[in-house]
Parts: sequence; structure tokens; C-alpha cells
Amino acid sequence: MSAPLLAVRGVKTFYGKIIALKGVDVDVNPGEIVTMIGANGAGKSTLMMTIFGAPQAREGTIAYDGRDITKLPSHEIARLGIAQSPEGRRIFPRMTVYENLQMGAAVRDFAHFEEDLETICQLFPRVRERLQQRGGTLSGGEQQMVAIARALMARPKLLLLDEPSLGLAPLIVKQIFEAIRELNRTQGLTVFLVEQNAFHALKLAHRGYVMVNGVITMSGTGKNLLADPQVRAAYLEGGRH
Amino acid sequence: MEVFLQQLINGLTLGSIYGLIAIGYTMVFGIIGMVNFAHGDVFMLSAFIALIFFMLVTAVVGTGAGMIMVALVIVLFLAMFFTALWNWTIERVAYRPLRGSFRLAPLISAIGMSIFLTNFVQVVQGPRNKSTEPMLNDKITLIDSATYAVTINYKQIVIILTTVILLAVFWYIVQKTPLGRAQRACEQDRKMAGLLGIDVDRTISITFIMGAALAAVAGVMYLVYYGSVNSADGFVPGVKAFTAAVLGGIGSLPGAVIGGLLIGLIEIFWSGYVSNDYKDVAAFSILAVVLVFMPSGILGRPEVEKV
Repeated sequence: MSAPLLAVRGVKTFYGKIIALKGVDVDVNPGEIVTMIGANGAGKSTLMMTIFGAPQAREGTIAYDGRDITKLPSHEIARLGIAQSPEGRRIFPRMTVYENLQMGAAVRDFAHFEEDLETICQLFPRVRERLQQRGGTLSGGEQQMVAIARALMARPKLLLLDEPSLGLAPLIVKQIFEAIRELNRTQGLTVFLVEQNAFHALKLAHRGYVMVNGVITMSGTGKNLLADPQVRAAYLEGGRH
Repeated sequence: MEVFLQQLINGLTLGSIYGLIAIGYTMVFGIIGMVNFAHGDVFMLSAFIALIFFMLVTAVVGTGAGMIMVALVIVLFLAMFFTALWNWTIERVAYRPLRGSFRLAPLISAIGMSIFLTNFVQVVQGPRNKSTEPMLNDKITLIDSATYAVTINYKQIVIILTTVILLAVFWYIVQKTPLGRAQRACEQDRKMAGLLGIDVDRTISITFIMGAALAAVAGVMYLVYYGSVNSADGFVPGVKAFTAAVLGGIGSLPGAVIGGLLIGLIEIFWSGYVSNDYKDVAAFSILAVVLVFMPSGILGRPEVEKV
């Protein structure tokens, strides 16, 4: 097996004195879709932001493509080819969708901008309709698509998705997950996604982790986790979306 | 009618200077949410920088009719450069280390920087007015009725034209270039801008540089217009420009200019038609009234956003 693209080792993250991640290990191999499921407040989004150095891990290391990125500032991490669609989407509200996408391409200094825009508009036709609209006026689902589109504009090697299904209609969730699978299959895009929507996420992913209160409690292939009685009881039964 | 026109010309000239300073306040506030109380003093400093270079340059090229314009252009660029350097340093020394600290910390630091600049200039330049030779005083008579002549002099034309051109350039930079987009992104969500590969600290530095460059233009214009400058001259124009930024809607670039022009016009019209003594009272009263009915200023945006 090749070296992992992203290797998180013993990472501890604090907010002030409060510990949010209590020593987390995660591997994401090139070409994989890996998911992390867990309840609200488990620390999933904190892990996503820690990978980006905001906040920085107090202990442990994060390596990307064999390089230690634990202490790098966010913008340098972005320039290494990692892109994120973050928690809360964080679309720039007073910029048009087009400008938001331009911001996504900033790391590559706008090379292939028009070409990538076309690809993304084919993936999310809704985004094309909204190009000249301001980010703050979009619906939640549209914002989610723009957030993912913006991350893709960077042509990342590793895509981090924080709850892409949050607040979306089931049909749109399906579309977005299909789009992710498509990107993974055709372009070999490596994806690390965090989800509360365990059923869809585990079906999509090659491998998965379960996080409870800042600790990884289980890991395995998507299929095995989906079949695991404990996972089913905690995250799936009674809550299938 | 003639008096009105004359006051309008005078008001626009003064308003242009306020507007140029106000942009510095508004840009910095927009990007880091801090009122840079030292900005008025940066403006004053730039007028001194301009004064020194003006003497140096005219010593070389002379003060012939055409040479004054050449000298002015050279001085303008030199003043922009050195004032920008000052403001860049101020940001590095006095504000950046406090970023992420409690909200009032950089504000207090800015007040300290303002006091420092005033006193520094007073010590190295002396407390008296420093003056230049009068320049660009030739007038064009627009209307010459029997009782009153409406005139515009060359320096007013230069001030208004320079302001318009620079505003167009800066507006273009902010709205249409990747740099301006990065600035607006940092203004709206600094953390996200970082995730997208924008060097936030660098973008903030550039904002300080741009604000200082415009303040330097205002400083040069001020020197040309009034012919003298004093180490205490940062305060009142600074406060008025800050008022202009608030009046126009702080954070808004066109708002700062409109606010600046309004403050300039109110001041001049009040002195012209009512009394010279209460011109500042008039300007600030109108600010108070406007803010009662439009709390976010004329072009400020009310905070309604879909989340």
C-alpha cells in the first residue's frame, strides 16, 4: 500500500483550556473516499479545521504528502493542494457566486478558470443560474453547492468536506454524493468527508471512522461499519435519512 | 447664485481632501473592524513629508511655471511611497501583535500611535506652522457679474481632478482585481479567506499601504491648498474624515467619498451663509441627525443577511 496522502497522528486540539480532540489518528490514502461519522459536538469539524491549522494542533502531527504541515498557516496549507468546504459553508455573502468561485481559484492564480467553471457548472447546473447573484441571497442548498464548487475550483488533490448534506433536501444530498463519487472515480480525487448523515456517507466511502467525544472509537471499511450493530444502533436505526 | 457656485467649488475642494482621508478609515475598518485613530496623524505626517520633498525637488528643478507641476507630481509619488512605508511599519509594530487580543487593545494602541506621531513631528519639525511658497494660484474666472466673480483656481482644479482619478483607480483595484477581491474576502470572512490560500496578514498590510497612499495624496493637496502645515493639523481633519466615513456608511468606499464631500460642503456653506464660527457644530450636528434616521450611514448596509 502506498503512503497515505494525509496522515493525522495523535492530534490534540484545545479551545482555550477545553480539549476538543484527545489524540486522533486518521489516514487518508490517495484516491480514497474516507468518511468520519459522529454526533454533534464529537469534534469532527474541529479535526477538519485543525488539518488547516486553524486552530493548530497542540500535540501530535499532521502530514500531507509526506510533509509536516502541523505548524503551517492556513493559506500555505491551501497552496499545497488541499481544499475545504467548511462547516457552515462560509460563502462570502457580499460577493457574487462568480466572485466566490474566483476566490476558490486564487490558489492557482486563475489558471484554467473558464474551463473549470464550465466543468463545475455541468456538475451543478444550479450554480450556473446563480452566477451573478450575491452569495448571501442563496438558499442553504445552493450555498452548499457553491461551497463545494469553490473548493473544487482550486483543483485540489485532497478535498475536505464538512457535512455536505447539512440542511439539504434528500434529492439534493443524493446529487451531491453522486457528484463526489463521480469526481473520485473519473479524476481520482481524494476525499475526506465528515458527516452526521451516516448512512449515505458510509455507503459512499471506501473506509470510515467513528468519532465520539474527540476520540476515534471505531474504524473499518464503509461496508463493515454499515453492518456493525453498534454503529447501526447509534447512528443509523431510527435515524435513517 | 454666483455666491452659491463659488461656495460649491470651495466645498468640493475641501470635501475631496476629507474624502481621500476617509477612505483610509473606511478600508481599515472594513478589513479588521478597527478605527485607526492614528490615520489623521498619518495624513499630517504625509503633509510634512511632502513639504520636505517639495523643498528638495524645487531646489533641483526650480520653481518655473511648468516646473511646479513636475515637482508636484514627483512629490506626490514620493509622499505616497514614504507615507505608505510609515503606515506599513505602524501596522506591523502597533496593531499586528495585538490581533486576536481583546477588541479595545488595537484601538488604544492606535490612540497611542496618534499621540506619538503628533509629538514626534512636533519635536523634529518644531511646533510652528511650516509653509511653502504659494503655488498654482492663478484663477480662471467662470462667471463675472457686476458684483461677484466666480473663480476657480488651478490648485482647486488639480485637487478635484486628482481625487476623481485616484478614486477611479482605487475603486477599480478593489472591485475588479484579484487583490481587491482578496481584500473584500478578508473583510467578509477572514478565516475562510485563509482556507482559500489568501495570506490574510499580507492583505491587511496592503490595505494599510493603500489607505496611507491616499492619505498622502490628501496631505499633498492640503499643503498645496493651505500653503502651510503644523504638527497639530492631523487631529481636526482626521476627526472630520472619520465623521465623513461614518456619515457615508463605514466600510463603504463610495460612502467615504460622499461623506467627505458632504462634510466639506456643509462646512463651507455654513461658513459662507451663516457664520464661520459654528461650521464644525453644523457638520457634526448633521452627522448626528443622519445617524438617527440612518444608523448605518448613507451607503452603509443594514445587517440583513440570509444565514
